[in-house]
Amino acid sequence: MTAITVALNGVKVVDDVEPRQSLADFLRDRCGLTATHLGCEHGACGACTVVVDGLATRSCLTLAAMADGRAVSTLEGLRDDPLMTLLRRHFHESHALQCGFCTPGMLITARDILQRHTRPDDKTVRHELSGQICRCTGYANIVKAIVAAGQDLPQASAAPPDA
Amino acid sequence: MKAAPFEYIRPKSVAEASVALGRRGATTAAIAGGQSLIPMLSLRVALIDLLVDISRLDDLKAVTATPDSTWIGSLTTHSQIEDGKTPDVFGGLMRRVAGQISYRAVRNHGTIGGSIALADPAADWPCCLIALDATVRVVGRSGVTVPRIADFIHDSYATTLTTGDIIMGFDIPAPKVPLRWGFAKVARKSGAFAHSIAIVTALGKDGPATVVLGAAGPRPRQMVATATQLAVAGATEEQLRAAIATDLDANFEGLDAYQKRMHTANILRAARDMRAQ
Ligand SMILES: Cc1cc2nc3c(=O)[nH]c(=O)nc-3n(C[C@H](O)[C@H](O)[C@H](O)COP(=O)(O)OP(=O)(O)OC[C@H]3O[C@@H](n4cnc5c(N)ncnc54)[C@H](O)[C@@H]3O)c2cc1C
Ligand code: FES
Ligand code: FES
Repeated sequence: MTAITVALNGVKVVDDVEPRQSLADFLRDRCGLTATHLGCEHGACGACTVVVDGLATRSCLTLAAMADGRAVSTLEGLRDDPLMTLLRRHFHESHALQCGFCTPGMLITARDILQRHTRPDDKTVRHELSGQICRCTGYANIVKAIVAAGQDLPQASAAPPDA
Repeated sequence: MKAAPFEYIRPKSVAEASVALGRRGATTAAIAGGQSLIPMLSLRVALIDLLVDISRLDDLKAVTATPDSTWIGSLTTHSQIEDGKTPDVFGGLMRRVAGQISYRAVRNHGTIGGSIALADPAADWPCCLIALDATVRVVGRSGVTVPRIADFIHDSYATTLTTGDIIMGFDIPAPKVPLRWGFAKVARKSGAFAHSIAIVTALGKDGPATVVLGAAGPRPRQMVATATQLAVAGATEEQLRAAIATDLDANFEGLDAYQKRMHTANILRAARDMRAQ
């Protein structure tokens, strides 16, 4: 077992993990944070995307042991994040989800897109979303929601990238 | 999709890591970004006893530039290069290549050193660093070696690395005149591994050209006849096609008619982009 300390959604978590345990399994099975979904477990679908030290991260391609000393945010921890609140409203208004399986990864990726691109256009959003797979919506409404959220964003008020 | 059990350590220095990797009687692996190794462990195509985490070794993170060359530490991530956080005296070629690899969340962790160490036939950095004539600095139990990437990668997923070896980084010679380049990729989906990668460079307006084709065989190859033809002022597309056909036959085995057309079209696209600069 390996001892780890993680700042998880702003709360210090100290635990012992098996070295082979992925960050995704640690979040879901050890911490009960089930917003992080597992689709493919090899980096292709994006459902498991979380934020590690400010960087969008595949939690299926990170070991819990490697997250030692890092700050990890999952969708649960971004409930009151201003950018996430804006995105949630636009996902709702644009009807950007059906079954919702891909939605946590979509929202975290959408937030990352808006932190790196001011008012992204349709083409940019589509390119940036190419690592997020949705089997239901056909993507049109997801793209619409993210573009609309970007339009709503006052130019200078994008949330800091390390939130 | 769960990895088999293994032991995990995070050494404090390159020397310590090298010793751990050489542990007698154990199958070991270094982990940098984990973006290739973790799926391989999960699929159990790689089975190890000991995982040595080198991802926090500062000695592998240095990035420096002199008038003669650029040094890129092996832990430099694709995202850092994409975002222009490393010097790019290659007219933006490295940024362009970095930004097309996989997806942002993978680029945030995947490293240039991991990509070269793995030597996936369809990976982007091997093509780019061969085109830029880079060398790789390897530290191991038998000392330091500095092979050219083109010699370091000798087959599909095969390099001259031996147990205990660690890639420190890459030395890339600075072009003496501005580099013109073209980069073209054929992939089923943006971010997926490519079926064809073409990188074409030329030194200044009429200097020598380099053409590298990847994903067409076990390892990327220099297309020498094509490069020679490309350096001829006013070479026509027909002449280029003939040179590409010669190079494809000389460097790659078993390409079918479709693959030949695809690689030809892809190289021509890269060449057109370069000639437009
Ligand atoms: C969905 C997906 C799509 C991808 N698409 C592409 C693509 O289109 N093009 C592309 O080029 N790549 C692609 N990749 C691979 C990606 O670029 C990886 O980041 C890269 O191949 C490996 O880098 P890493 O740092 O993650 O290495 P790791 O996974 O940590 O290690 C890979 C191998 O290299 C060894 N290694 C790592 N660092 C060193 C070192 N410093 N010294 C010695 N050995 C070392 C490890 O022991 C291991 O064997 C993709 C990956 C995923 C998950
Ligand atoms: S579950 Fe991690 S990318 Fe699919
Ligand atoms: S809403 Fe069902 S997978 Fe996206």
